[in-house]
Amino acid sequence: MHSKIRFLILLLCVACRHDTEVFLPEVEKVAEGEVLVDSASQAASNTFLPVYERVEGFYLLNEGNMGSNKSTLDYYDFSAGQYIRNIYGNANPHVPKELGDVGNDLAIYGGRLYAVINCSNKIEVMNSQTAERIGQVDIPNCRYIRFSGRYAYVTSYAGPVVISDEYKQRGYVARIDTATLQVVDTCVVGFQPDGLEIADGKIYVANSGGYRVNNYEHTLSVVDLQSFRELRRIPVSPNLHHVRLDNHGQLWVSSRGDYFAVPAKLYCVAVSTEEVTDSVDVAVSDFWLDGDSLYFYGTAWSYVSMDDEITYGIIDVKTHQIVSRGFITDGTVIKKPYGIAVNPLTKDIYLTDAKNYVNPGTLYCFDPAGKKKWSVRTGDIPAHIAFRGIPKKQ
Amino acid sequence: MAFTVICAGSLAATAQTVVDSTAIKLDDVVVWGSTNRKEIVPAQRLIGAELEALSSSSVGDAIRYFSGVQLKDYGGVGGLKTVDVRSMGTNHMGVFYDGIQLGNAQNGQVDLSKFSLDNVESISLYNGQKSDILQSAKDYAAAGVIYIRTRRPQFAEGKNYNVRASLKAGSFGVINPSFLWEQKWSARLNSSFNTEYLTATGKYKFRYRRVLSDGSTAWDTTAIRQNGDMEAFRLEGGLFGRLNDGVWNAKVYYYTSNKGIPGAIVNNVWKTSQRQWDHNFFAQGQMKKSWGRYELMLNGKFAWDYLHYLSPDTTSLYINNVFRQTEAYISVANHYSLCDQWDVAVTADYQFNALNADLANFVYPKRHTFLWAAASTFEWGRFKAMGNVIGTHAFDVTDVHRAQCVGKLTPALFLSFQPVSAITLRAYYKQSFRQPTFNDLYYTDIGNISLEPEFATQYNVGATCQKRFGQSWHFEGKVDAYFNKVDNKIVAIPKGSGQYRWMMMNIGKVKILGVDVSAQTEWNLLKDWTLNLTLNYTYQRARDYTDPTDNDPASGTWGGQIAYIPWHSGSVVGNLRYKRWMLNYSFIYVGERYHNSANIRQNHEEPWYTHDVKVGWNIHSLSLSLEINNLLNQQYDVVLNYPMPGRNWKCIVKYGF
Repeated sequence: MHSKIRFLILLLCVACRHDTEVFLPEVEKVAEGEVLVDSASQAASNTFLPVYERVEGFYLLNEGNMGSNKSTLDYYDFSAGQYIRNIYGNANPHVPKELGDVGNDLAIYGGRLYAVINCSNKIEVMNSQTAERIGQVDIPNCRYIRFSGRYAYVTSYAGPVVISDEYKQRGYVARIDTATLQVVDTCVVGFQPDGLEIADGKIYVANSGGYRVNNYEHTLSVVDLQSFRELRRIPVSPNLHHVRLDNHGQLWVSSRGDYFAVPAKLYCVAVSTEEVTDSVDVAVSDFWLDGDSLYFYGTAWSYVSMDDEITYGIIDVKTHQIVSRGFITDGTVIKKPYGIAVNPLTKDIYLTDAKNYVNPGTLYCFDPAGKKKWSVRTGDIPAHIAFRGIPKKQ
Repeated sequence: MAFTVICAGSLAATAQTVVDSTAIKLDDVVVWGSTNRKEIVPAQRLIGAELEALSSSSVGDAIRYFSGVQLKDYGGVGGLKTVDVRSMGTNHMGVFYDGIQLGNAQNGQVDLSKFSLDNVESISLYNGQKSDILQSAKDYAAAGVIYIRTRRPQFAEGKNYNVRASLKAGSFGVINPSFLWEQKWSARLNSSFNTEYLTATGKYKFRYRRVLSDGSTAWDTTAIRQNGDMEAFRLEGGLFGRLNDGVWNAKVYYYTSNKGIPGAIVNNVWKTSQRQWDHNFFAQGQMKKSWGRYELMLNGKFAWDYLHYLSPDTTSLYINNVFRQTEAYISVANHYSLCDQWDVAVTADYQFNALNADLANFVYPKRHTFLWAAASTFEWGRFKAMGNVIGTHAFDVTDVHRAQCVGKLTPALFLSFQPVSAITLRAYYKQSFRQPTFNDLYYTDIGNISLEPEFATQYNVGATCQKRFGQSWHFEGKVDAYFNKVDNKIVAIPKGSGQYRWMMMNIGKVKILGVDVSAQTEWNLLKDWTLNLTLNYTYQRARDYTDPTDNDPASGTWGGQIAYIPWHSGSVVGNLRYKRWMLNYSFIYVGERYHNSANIRQNHEEPWYTHDVKVGWNIHSLSLSLEINNLLNQQYDVVLNYPMPGRNWKCIVKYGF
């Protein structure tokens, strides 16, 4: 009789609804701890890319599938060799509905961590040491972020609407005062602007026109940083995505192509002349610049194999030559590479696998020789990585 | 013989007035009797008064009371509701409205929230198929079938018309009048006309809450569901005729709605602005006639559907698309009784579907489907068997693709045996498949023309026990254990906030092991007191065997329970009647589940359960009822980030003469 009652109580405990707890971070030891310090006292002169004296760890932003509200933040700690999954809830237990829906970009600037949360229409601003929330900036359909001086610049698809049969909607770049977290100015650019880069007093914005199938944008917008007005357009190729500046005054611009006649490709634009100087015939989904090396991966649908064809490689930004085709050398198979980063000190390569977009993803770490060092489960659609460290004074 | 089978199969009929139930049963005997005696797999059924007693406004709500069923419900008055039976997926279910399948070649999903219960007489669910030999090939083809049957005119002695008006009003700003007029024109011809209007603001409070590990509140937020407003209008007219040794009926159906799509509740987004306009029209007819041992059934249908979807949200992709679907269908079924024990049937169907959309790069697909079925039933004493084979030949033609052809043969075998009069044992094996839909294949940017058909294989064993104890107590219990396998599963992941847009993935293999248990009992307690009690329980282990490499025991999807399928679910319905009074209590339980087959904490969903109560009173031609649903005001999601309504109420007035 007693056991029956116990069984009933147990049954009720299992069968009944419980309050859902805020997620506690899950810690996984994935590697031996290491201290990443650059012993060279002097930084190379005149580099645009960040140079670190010490790298403590990196944040990884998981996008989460649209509508799932499952964008999450993970952190890798080098000194402990620990991967800490889902840190936002614990750092900010009182924020309703957590980090938000579809994280699209992540950056550290001035001791703060900025996460661009696309479908939550906001930039989440956090302390870069603790991931504690400082505030948010509301920008509808925000995409990518860059910084200059006291301002952050964010691209958004949600510019002014032209009500017509075609329903045109230009995008814009928002200028955010990082001190007040207010949008202080906007500059209208092309349709559906994605990546942006700041070089030589100008903002270069990759217009995609991604909402306009068969009528994509094909230009970079040049915006004057001072007047914050669009100066001109640089024609490149349809459906531009990422744009990044290397240490040689060159912008590397990826084009998605139009999915029909024009293939995806990587373009090089000289900042001095504001003209396309070269192109590399590879389909690039995303890339990471480290010194003179441009690490890229590309996924292109093949109607021959009826599958994604995945390519990896390294381009020397000085010679524009592909110096490596495939930086994974141990046969590790990644189903859907979705994010890339290179450790500025060890040159280890971090690649994320978004798999089928709904299952938890995986983060892989490869050594510079292309051998897998470790891998770890992430959140859904692991995508954007930002290193935390102490930059070198130049 | 036929009479007793039907009587046992429909307990609820006893709750109706004597005149009514006799009429229904007699009619049933005339129309269906010759075939029903060979029913091998019993249906789960909700009929007449039983259906009316439940707090349900749409077919989708009512279907939750069947075992083996999971309803995907996006919440609110106009929220999408699709049914998944035994975890094989919505697209494997055939939903039939007055005998002919409701189609949706575009996405294959029948939104059961659109079908009001106002004029519905019965809902039946068959696992496998209805073991009626005279049926269309489409009746044979699906993995399981739901039959929605609207009320057919019945007239009391000496009366040649029925008029009924009703008004429902309640939470969410619902105002829902309806009108029914039935006329007997001659002994051979009746007509029915029914119309309904619904308006609702769709607003309701919902609450999300999280706690810290010590149980204290971390955050707690309450908001009002926005953009769930709805306006809908339905018109149905039918003619019901008798022939010498036969019957025919013809009907037209029109439904239109204009509704907001409330969307997912995510951080910083508490309101959406998507809208949808629907027009659904169909005209269909059915004729059955017998000549001695030969019986013929003809079915025909023409359907036209219009869907206008608008996403005017200036912060995201502007979408303004119109989809038009056309369907034409014809079926010829032939049945011949070789002898009293042995029947054979041959059926042929043809269906045409076309989809037209104003999407960029759209390919305007058209599909021709030929189906045929050859079936036989055999009855030998207490043993019954039914076997059939279905051939499906379909080809698609589009503006840019060559014809895509599919040709498949799928067999099925059903057996039953009655060792003693109270117990019936059964077993079946069935293969079926579903075609990729037009969206799966051709939707611009999402569609994947390399998709394969999705296969389902079912093995089922079960038993039914029926017993009557004296005059006052009747009991029926059913138990079924089954193993299903779904191969080449096409998985739809919602893309964006629009509920009908998906991203297609032809992944998958699912193995489902399940047990359905149901028990139904009726007591005539004292003079004038009647108690009905129905219990349903479902256990399902539906495991994902898609990706053998994703096999981490703690977090891998390999072997994980598939999305939104609880291990345990069930329902309890109690109905008490005393003279003019009726009290109904219903409880639905859906156990813990995951919204992804990676069964990790982040994907975990808590159980939910609702208690609904309804009180009714009637005198002659007037009936009043009041229902209170989700009595304990539980706050839950059926689908992640789509909050369901808390406590809500409705009152119903019906007047007929």
